[in-house]
Amino acid sequence: MSLGTSSTLVYLIAIPLFSSAFLLLAGRALDRIGHLIGTAASASSFIVALFELNKMLGRDGESRGVTQHLFTWINVGSFQVDATLLLDQLSICFVLLITGVGTLIHIYSISYMSHDIDRRRFFAFLNLFIAAMLLLVLGNSYLNLYVGWEGVGLASYLLIGFWNQKPTYATAAKKAFVANRVGDVGLSLAVMIAFVQFGSVTFEGVAKGIEAGSASSTALNAMGAAILLAAVGKSAQFPLQAWLGDAMAGPTPVSALIHAATMVTAGVYLISRSHFVFDNAPTAQLLVVIVGAITLLFGAVIGMAKDDIKKALAASTMSQIGYMILATGLGPAGYAFAMMHLLTHGFFKAGMFLGAGSVMHGMNDEVDMRKYGALRKVMPITFATFGLGYLAIIGVPPFAGFYSKDKIIETAFNAGGSKGIILGCITLLGAVITAFYMTRVMLMTFFGTKRWDSAAHPHESPWLMTIPMILLSIGSITTGFIFSNGDRLKNFLAPVVDQHHHEHEAELLAPMVVSGLALLAVAIGISIAIAKYGRKTIPASAPTDVTIWTKIARRDLLQDDFNENVFMRPGQSITRVLAYLDKRVVDGAVSGVGAMTLRLAGDLRKTQTGYVRSYALLILLGTVAVLTAILVVTL
Amino acid sequence: MNSLTILGLLPLVGSAALFLLPKGSDLLAKQVALGVSIVVAIAGLGMAFSFDRSVTGFQFVEKHQWIPAFGINYALGVDGISLLLILLALVLTPIVILACWNEAEGGRWSVKNFFGLILILETMIVGVFAATDIFLFYVFFEAMLVPVYFLIGGYGTGEKAAAAVKFLLYSLFGGLLMLASIIGLYVISGNQLKAPTFDITELSQLSIDPVTQRMLFLGFFIAFAIKAPLWPFHTWLPDAARAATPGTSVLLLGVLDKVGTYGMIRFCLSLFPEASKEFGPTIIVLSLISIFYGAFLAISQGTSSGDGNIKALISYTSISHFGFITLGIFAFTEQSHSGATLYMINHGFSTAALFLIAGWMISRRKSERISDFGGLQRVTPIMAWSFFIAGMSSLALPGLSSFVSEFLVLVGTFARYPIPAIIGTIGIIFAALYILIPVQRALHGPIAPGNENLTDLTLREKVAIAPVIAVIIFFGFYPQPLLDVINPAASATLSALEITGITGGK
Repeated sequence: MSLGTSSTLVYLIAIPLFSSAFLLLAGRALDRIGHLIGTAASASSFIVALFELNKMLGRDGESRGVTQHLFTWINVGSFQVDATLLLDQLSICFVLLITGVGTLIHIYSISYMSHDIDRRRFFAFLNLFIAAMLLLVLGNSYLNLYVGWEGVGLASYLLIGFWNQKPTYATAAKKAFVANRVGDVGLSLAVMIAFVQFGSVTFEGVAKGIEAGSASSTALNAMGAAILLAAVGKSAQFPLQAWLGDAMAGPTPVSALIHAATMVTAGVYLISRSHFVFDNAPTAQLLVVIVGAITLLFGAVIGMAKDDIKKALAASTMSQIGYMILATGLGPAGYAFAMMHLLTHGFFKAGMFLGAGSVMHGMNDEVDMRKYGALRKVMPITFATFGLGYLAIIGVPPFAGFYSKDKIIETAFNAGGSKGIILGCITLLGAVITAFYMTRVMLMTFFGTKRWDSAAHPHESPWLMTIPMILLSIGSITTGFIFSNGDRLKNFLAPVVDQHHHEHEAELLAPMVVSGLALLAVAIGISIAIAKYGRKTIPASAPTDVTIWTKIARRDLLQDDFNENVFMRPGQSITRVLAYLDKRVVDGAVSGVGAMTLRLAGDLRKTQTGYVRSYALLILLGTVAVLTAILVVTL
Repeated sequence: MNSLTILGLLPLVGSAALFLLPKGSDLLAKQVALGVSIVVAIAGLGMAFSFDRSVTGFQFVEKHQWIPAFGINYALGVDGISLLLILLALVLTPIVILACWNEAEGGRWSVKNFFGLILILETMIVGVFAATDIFLFYVFFEAMLVPVYFLIGGYGTGEKAAAAVKFLLYSLFGGLLMLASIIGLYVISGNQLKAPTFDITELSQLSIDPVTQRMLFLGFFIAFAIKAPLWPFHTWLPDAARAATPGTSVLLLGVLDKVGTYGMIRFCLSLFPEASKEFGPTIIVLSLISIFYGAFLAISQGTSSGDGNIKALISYTSISHFGFITLGIFAFTEQSHSGATLYMINHGFSTAALFLIAGWMISRRKSERISDFGGLQRVTPIMAWSFFIAGMSSLALPGLSSFVSEFLVLVGTFARYPIPAIIGTIGIIFAALYILIPVQRALHGPIAPGNENLTDLTLREKVAIAPVIAVIIFFGFYPQPLLDVINPAASATLSALEITGITGGK
């Protein structure tokens, strides 16, 4: 693949970045129009992205990538890192998703945040996120990506804790940051391995180095595992998934943009971008599959037990990203399908989160679905758009999720041998559970009887909120067909992620059979949900006489209990012991100075005058010692 | 006279003027101090522009006989490393003076003496980094303790006298060990050269037998490890930082402590290459311990339910950061060395920001306990966000200056010692904790009782902190001007060690 150059890529990032800085520095003076500036910045970035897409489509498949060199960032000996942007078929997908969905969510937030005194700051942070996320997908090296990677983490931290006057929200923000930092260790190590093995940290340099065979398979597996650790932290995959549910503390547009459509999918991007590592690191690749498989079930099971609409959707996000991660672990066939699911998910999940926000907006910020019910009549647009997203996520044809998830299930079955059968069954089981918990959300929210609080007066949201929801729901209907028709997205991405045209892999099951099985799974899931929640009245508070398994699922499969007992408490004990030892042992033992100090300090005045005198004496003694020594030498 | 001498004398002249001012002219004293320090900073920056980056070795060299009978010279000169450290001091001094405008009011002595001491300290700092005669270095190294001692003991808070004495004793103890080593070097130079000398370039030509080299190395190293401070020689630091005024702490931790790590590069490595290599692995272990030890103790200040002290917390984070610096120095790769030097500069700025803002928080709230704060983001947003940015710099957020140095240290270390580098990398998780915990407790949450009426930063305070934050952000995205100055000096140090370079790729 040959790379051209471009001089306009930097505007994609610069516009939202400067807008963000401007909004933050301008202060209260800009409160009245800050949201408009922020939205305009995001929209401008989207327009630039459309121009870039247009230019890209004008070139043939092998020469679509362009780079823009900005400046030399770090140059020490052989460690040379330039600030260079790279736009190719893979990154343009993200750029369009980030700026497109991002702009819709900016528009939605104008209304959603209209009563918040810090709305200008909110838009500044959203812009900061857009800029950082664009840098993440446009950096041409692992270290450039790292800056964006941490930038989105920062924006996520700031936005989860946007209402940090509430202590639990502040804690949720911190938890997200720390979990991401654990992932950052992986990313740091990946860069280090890349530098030592290949002398380069650019994607191109690493790919060439691998092709030239300059790394052992141990090194490649280690690098793959390090990259996976990074992805696991950012994308809330097992075992670093625990922060995502708490991250729902952020305003709902944030959940839609950062914690559903874009940032949490960065792990999928990182693995796809590093395909040259994983294609040559089978052990690391297997780990990717395992992580994806575990998380897709883990998230789905949690999703079944949640009464909080945002947490149910968050669990679903975790599970859906599990599908994507699993797909990236399936090799060249999987990358394009992971991307396809990522894009369709970006539409339908963002749409559903905005729908949830719309419901909360009408219900005094109530998130407990047991207090909802029968909302379809009072919020028809929200119901319709959310419903289309629902049909997309559970995979009903011809909605978007049907195409993208179907492909992943198919690829999983075709992974070969018992691995294929196991993975295929897991993805099918995931589909059953997905259909179940999403149907449950639909029934509890929009159907059944009213269980509203007396103060609730639900109403449809204003058009600034409904229009983005309508546009996203159109995406939930159409994108799957558009992307998969004639393998359009797969062929588009092939020059980047599938350069070596692997042989066509044997099919375990015919595509039609897989589709049939998937639809059967969906039908099973829906039926169970209807039997359980559609035919009976739903109690307004969660029943307590439930099995231990339900209780465990409600406690997020004990993820927090695990972290608390395995990491937090021992960590706190170590900290306390060290603090004690530092005072009692290290301080005292380094010298007898401690005791002497106290004695000397006992009489302040004496210390002040007396001590300086003895100091002067010491200096004098020292000097005498030097002079004596010098005399000895020169004599 | 040469430019370095002038640069060093200017603050001294300024301080003399301050001491001569009549009693009660506090405001004038402050203005003179600020004016002098700004002139010195501009002079220093001007000098830096005529520094030739393509040349290795010392520049702006000057040499006068001082005590000819003993071969002692007044010899100055700077390479890229010392130049930047001097600039760090020169830039931070006016910021500290402006930031701590009203810090000296409650002191034992007069306000003008406080600022006079700061200017004297500035002279000493220029001297200690510019000295190329090892005896002259020792004189500055010891003499600089005196103004710090008075700054802590005379103007500090709490157990200031005890802390000042503890600081002095620790430093003095190290100083005496170093003195012994210096004498030893002098004796050896007398045997090997035509005439005994204290000139470091000549001393680095000596061939010293391994046993003696080890002894002499340790004398220097322990003195520097106390100053840096490296675990387990660190216990004076939290006490000193707790007692000192924030401005003093900035100069102490941000600049003075760098004499320790600077000394390791300048003296330990170039005078005792074999011993440095021999002790390298041990020091790497100590560095790793420092990284985690400092982090854990900082966290313990943050999580402590009652008496967690914000100044102590910041000083413990510095112990962790110094661990990264010594790790980089003794990993002996180009990246780790340049990274360690850059780390010294960046740490100076990020610690300055943390201490100054913490100082403002403390002076408003009249408390140093983290648990007394809460909800500051709502009451004093500019102060809160400034603290937040300083904290992000302390945890080395990519995009801020400290990330570049920390990553260079780690990637450079990884090239030679993968396992220690991996362990060091895990330290970044704890950095997130020791910053985010105080951020959450002091800035977030509901407005704690007693914080309702705190005032936000004044114009003077904003003017003081803005350049620090600007530097932190600017060099995060564009560190190359600094690295261009550092790289030649760092590779010169390494080539003197005759270590086969480890670089990326095969």
